[in-house]
Amino acid sequence: MKTVERRDSAGASLSDEPQRVDQGHGLSLVTARGLPEWGTVRRRAIRLGRTGGPALLALAILIGLWQWYAAQPEIDPQFLPTPVAVWAALVAQRDILWGHTLVTLWETAVGFAAALAAGVAFATVIDFSPWLRRALYPLLVTSQTVPIITLAPLLVLWFGFGLLAKAIVVTLVCFFPVTVALADGLRSADPELIRLYRTFGAGRARIFWSVRLPGALPALFSGIRIAITYSVIGAIFAEYVGASAGLGFYIELKQHTFQTAGVIAAIVVTALLSVALFTLTALVERLALPWYYRGRN
Amino acid sequence: MRGETTETTEAAADVAGATMRESSAAPLLAVRGLSMRYPTGGPGPGGGALTVLRDVSLAVAAGEFAALVGPSGCGKSTLLALIAGLEAPAAGSIALHGDTEARRLGRVGYMPQRDLLLPWRTALGNAAAGLEARGVARAEARSRARALFADFGLAGFEDAYPAALSGGMRQRVAFARTALVSGELLLLDEPFGALDALTRAGLQEWLLEVWARLGAACVLVTHDVEEALLLADRVYVLSARPGTVRLERRVPLPRPRRLELLARPEIAALKAELLAALVAEQAGGARRRAAATDEGGAL
Repeated sequence: MKTVERRDSAGASLSDEPQRVDQGHGLSLVTARGLPEWGTVRRRAIRLGRTGGPALLALAILIGLWQWYAAQPEIDPQFLPTPVAVWAALVAQRDILWGHTLVTLWETAVGFAAALAAGVAFATVIDFSPWLRRALYPLLVTSQTVPIITLAPLLVLWFGFGLLAKAIVVTLVCFFPVTVALADGLRSADPELIRLYRTFGAGRARIFWSVRLPGALPALFSGIRIAITYSVIGAIFAEYVGASAGLGFYIELKQHTFQTAGVIAAIVVTALLSVALFTLTALVERLALPWYYRGRN
Repeated sequence: MRGETTETTEAAADVAGATMRESSAAPLLAVRGLSMRYPTGGPGPGGGALTVLRDVSLAVAAGEFAALVGPSGCGKSTLLALIAGLEAPAAGSIALHGDTEARRLGRVGYMPQRDLLLPWRTALGNAAAGLEARGVARAEARSRARALFADFGLAGFEDAYPAALSGGMRQRVAFARTALVSGELLLLDEPFGALDALTRAGLQEWLLEVWARLGAACVLVTHDVEEALLLADRVYVLSARPGTVRLERRVPLPRPRRLELLARPEIAALKAELLAALVAEQAGGARRRAAATDEGGAL
């Protein structure tokens, strides 16, 4: 099968199953076992280029406009540095920035993991007990009305300048979307399906594992995707309030010394970190829920 | 109305008697004086309860195929849910082999109208899901499901996900899942109701074949008199809500059944009789409900 794939990708199709061959490009579709062939991978890359192209072009135009405006002689580089200056700062400080990025990433990871564990536990508990749902759900919602901005300084005061205060802020930010998404996902299980499982003689625990939890995973991942985009911001914010390392600490330091190019360089790194984590989540989701994405293209 | 109910109860007792003579034991399934009410929370005497079934009695012998037809909303599906053990009746009893205390959940196969396949499991995984839910080990459940796939016309689709299957195939996978967990009794709640006419006709013939091999008794709920005549040994017509057995008829057709057999004059006459009863119930039920609404919603 492998040799056939290679020939297909080379364009000289020798496949003995012509219905699988896309005539326009000489690319074969999918093998019988469902694994993507090389042709499919290449087509996906082309499609990605087609969908990602406009976004890259728009970004290039924006950076170009920024470069043109910031390069005007009357613009103070401390007020608005050019993209070229930001790039220079990024390159010059790359080792220092990398070190701070790792600190922020670690805080994000710890806080997010805690939020995920707590959210799954919380959603499961309120799913099993209507009484606990009534007791805890309003508290959960109320907890989100407390502005993190006012809470972060207190957390730093209580838990110090280290990892713990930052991880707690990240957890507070991520906990809510994860919990609500999973709780709603568990709740939306098809009642008829549950009745069917009861006729199989299944108890509550088995129905939870076999029906409700797998069915709630797409909803959980929606919550995770929201949470992960907030998580880095949470960590940066906590660092901003009080820290000795991390991207937020770096930004504050550069701001105090009016090194605006350094500030923007760190913001760029923050954005890239968030996008990377989001992409990773989407990737994990696709691997974990192949059934959910099958036939959705 | 009273007299009719008595007549059908006697008929049910006849079936029970016939089975007793054959196997010197109680029938496989005996339903006696079954009533069901749902609280509506509305005003009126009796706390606003809706009586869905009233004094239903029927019996199904081992290996027998019974069909329940009735106007929509007459409680057919509720009756199946009660037999399956999903709900507890307000009055009356349900016995398996004469044992009214027998636990029916996990023992009686139940198949609802929707296939309810799990989208994250393959066809084979779905077919084995019932056994797995019962506590059968995964590998064992799958090998037992795999053995059915050829007979069910599903060979080669073991690893396909439900999204890739046609409506008819999904229904067959769902049937396999139920067939694997049902011992002697299968409850089918309009299993072909959601399918197009052609697929439906194909599946009816297929069901007859599979049922003959399974050897389990069947209770089929349908609103299609022709389907009931084609598949069943005995047809019960339920009245409009509150549902009760209004008419009970044997279907005098040999097996194996074929669609052409329905053209026989005695079957045509039987069909006309069943349809007439059904239409009368549908109209009567609407009138009764309208009258009840005028009285303030209490039934």
